Amino acid sequence: MTGGLRNPYLQVLLWTLGVGSALTAIVLTVPWLPQDASTAAHPVDTLYDVLAVVSCYIFALVTAILLVSVVHFRRRHNDLSDGEPIHGNTTLEAVWTAIPALLMVGAAVYSALVLADIEQTKANTHQVDITGQQFAWTFKYTSDGGFRAGELHLVKDTPYHFKLHAKDVIHSFWVPQFRLKKDAVPGMTTDIRVTPTKFGRYTLICTELCGLGHATMRAPVVVQDQAAFDRWAVQAKKNQNLVGGIS
Amino acid sequence: MTTGVAAPQHVLTPKRPRSRARQLLLGPNLLRGAWCAVLGAGFAFALVVFLRTVLNYHPIIKGGPIVTVILIASPLFFLVGIGGFDYWWKYMSGAPTEPEDHSGHGARSWKDYFRVNTDHKVIGIQYTVTALFFLLVGGALAEVMRAELAQPGEQIVNSQTFNGLFSVHASLMIFLVIIPIFAGLANFVLPLMIGAPDMAFPRLNALSYWLLPIAGLMMMASFLVPDGGAFNTGWTAYAPLSTHAPLGQQFFTIGVQFAGTSSIMTALNFLVTIITMRAPGMTFWRMPLLVWANFTTSLLVVIATPFIAGSQFLVLLDRSLHADFFQANAGGDVISYQHIFWFYSHPAVYIMMLPGFGIISEVISTKSRKPIFGYRLMALSLLAILVLGFTVWAHHMFVSGMFSWLRVPMMITTMLIAVPTGIKIFSWLATLWKGVLELSTPMLFALGFITMFTLGGISGIMLAAIPVDIHTSDTYFVVAHIHYVLFGGSMFTIFAGIYYWFPKMTGRMYDERLGKLHFWLTFISFNVTFGPMHWVGLEGMPRRVADYAQKFATWNLVESIGAFALGLATLVFVYNFIVSWAAGPRAPGNPWRARTLEWQVSSPPPIFNFDEIPQVVGGPYEYGTPGAVHAVMNGDRAKVAVPVGGDGHAAGSAGNGSGNGNGHEVPHRE
Repeated sequence: MTGGLRNPYLQVLLWTLGVGSALTAIVLTVPWLPQDASTAAHPVDTLYDVLAVVSCYIFALVTAILLVSVVHFRRRHNDLSDGEPIHGNTTLEAVWTAIPALLMVGAAVYSALVLADIEQTKANTHQVDITGQQFAWTFKYTSDGGFRAGELHLVKDTPYHFKLHAKDVIHSFWVPQFRLKKDAVPGMTTDIRVTPTKFGRYTLICTELCGLGHATMRAPVVVQDQAAFDRWAVQAKKNQNLVGGIS
Repeated sequence: MTTGVAAPQHVLTPKRPRSRARQLLLGPNLLRGAWCAVLGAGFAFALVVFLRTVLNYHPIIKGGPIVTVILIASPLFFLVGIGGFDYWWKYMSGAPTEPEDHSGHGARSWKDYFRVNTDHKVIGIQYTVTALFFLLVGGALAEVMRAELAQPGEQIVNSQTFNGLFSVHASLMIFLVIIPIFAGLANFVLPLMIGAPDMAFPRLNALSYWLLPIAGLMMMASFLVPDGGAFNTGWTAYAPLSTHAPLGQQFFTIGVQFAGTSSIMTALNFLVTIITMRAPGMTFWRMPLLVWANFTTSLLVVIATPFIAGSQFLVLLDRSLHADFFQANAGGDVISYQHIFWFYSHPAVYIMMLPGFGIISEVISTKSRKPIFGYRLMALSLLAILVLGFTVWAHHMFVSGMFSWLRVPMMITTMLIAVPTGIKIFSWLATLWKGVLELSTPMLFALGFITMFTLGGISGIMLAAIPVDIHTSDTYFVVAHIHYVLFGGSMFTIFAGIYYWFPKMTGRMYDERLGKLHFWLTFISFNVTFGPMHWVGLEGMPRRVADYAQKFATWNLVESIGAFALGLATLVFVYNFIVSWAAGPRAPGNPWRARTLEWQVSSPPPIFNFDEIPQVVGGPYEYGTPGAVHAVMNGDRAKVAVPVGGDGHAAGSAGNGSGNGNGHEVPHRE
């Protein structure tokens, strides 16, 4: 069993590299994540890709050892013998304790850096106060005259500071294209910082179970240029007076 | 075990002959349990009406408070009725206790499984079968959900029912299936494995079991609540949604107390049994890894479970008495609920996994005919998970708005848990290497577990990385992760364990062909069901919704088809289970040629397990070493003058077991 390609150790190596690389190719070519539309999206996606690629090889290694064992060491019919009485190997055990530990420390440090990056405070932020209640969102454009609307309109490349409020139960603010999420909690104000980078229409999704209408608690998000925003703001202020203002 | 501590005076009283009808009505049985439960409901009704009258409440008769008190009182009356407290009541009241003649031991007919029975083997089967029943119920709820989710829009159920479905599904699967089925399997095999005649506290053991169906039926009964239906705030029951939810919520809040009490009592029982009742020579380093796993799990249960009890008591007080613990505008703190809840519910993940690790170690060692690779590190990694498991709860709260500095430390500890877990995976793989692998059903499930659990671990690492978690939190990515961990992980270990010990528990062999069919159907349909959920989650589909965007339709249909196939696979298992138990070929004592003690007695084992307490002389997995044995049984003792393969001191303690007249009273401490 030790000659050439029949060598089980070699097979494990080849399977790990081959299948690991094939999985990596799939991970990197299939668009798993939605469009990236904020400054946070790119670093988060890169972090995801790095973790996924390392995971591909780890998974390939595990399946390699398992399948090669099944092929090579499967019991022949009526074979009542035992395997080799190997009780352990301290070096090997130290290796598979230390290497995962190092990988994990690396992953944690990298994640912490990305976290600091996507949450950093920027200058000249515009504040929007966002309130969740069963089952609707209200947006108060605090830095732009304080009017209220039922849609979230943002100016591209402008850093925003959203302050989240909840009137009744916990809701959660999520725009998948921004890769950012934060709960809106009754009795306190939570923060989320977003700088949109791509024009488009997105959907704000409530992601914390908030009652029977949870699945319908959505709001349109529009990323536009300053001129379009201004035109919309004029209209929104009028509508606000018509509706009597959403408090 | 006849209790060794301050044994009460057993007075032999001649039994008065009772008529059969009288015995049926007044004897400790299900019928007495039933009428006592009704009596309890009446008592609760009267108590509430009386108090409301005295305190001038209007209306005097109000459904909510009455149901709440019934939910607490009726089960307690039922437990008294079924006879859970009979012995203690006589003992406490000074009445002559019935002599411990072990009449409550063993099962002579199927009817004995519906009584309070103190035999750990009967209780083990009661637990396992009850949990399998709830597995079918929880699975049926999931099938209805998948039917609804097969297409976008609402077709079959409205959002109220849908929210109830996933809430009850998760609660049953966690509290009534995975946690108790591990307790059931361990109940059956653990005393046998350590060479004990029973658990340390058999009466407590019986009571722990009977709390369980109460919790399960209560959760199921919530569907019958006319106003608002079943509890529908998820198994997490986040406040303040849960504190303002309709009456159905009460069935969860109180049901969890019964399930939790059952867990705690069983865990205490396991701890005392493992610490004090090991056979002579069974040192901690000679215990099978299943025993190690249940030792660690029991520590987790005893320390953590009071926290979920606490969280639900606070919800109960908020709901019933306006305590406002979680009411922000009355000085309450919303986020504190999540801290208390997850301080249990994260360790609960390990409560639902460590016993499975133990099962896998037994199966892999036996079916590879090799000792577990790195046995000591395997045991120590369990302890590492135990300790680290208490330091990671807030990783469920990265987007909750809690104080932000806690996130990075919790991420680091969460990722570090991958290290002891990785040790276990690699040690199992090394155990397979150069073994003689028999790919029967338990082994297939064990190997399936290793691959699926690795995937679940990988998505776990991604969820631990805060920036990825922020995006994926509360999406289908999380749903995929928990099912890879709890189904591909825990349930696969449970199936492995059930097939592995089926001959021991029932005395019959299961059908190997059907077992393999069950495995392959399950393995494939499991991946079809839960694999695509990773993708739809990353793409943007939130969890806990009955309706979703059109772009997720294709994958959701695939998932639903997978779920129906998974249901069919489970029916194959149920058929095999029932038919083999009823009419399978008789099982020999040790069909797997295993080394641990439970296989050295007949199948099923005799009422008191061992004619004579065995003498343990070596490790549990000494495959491949000629002449090495784990323990010396009965007649063999004379033949082995010097124990083989031990670590030296076994010879010194030889003879303890046989010298002690009361065979099951051999506490052994190192």
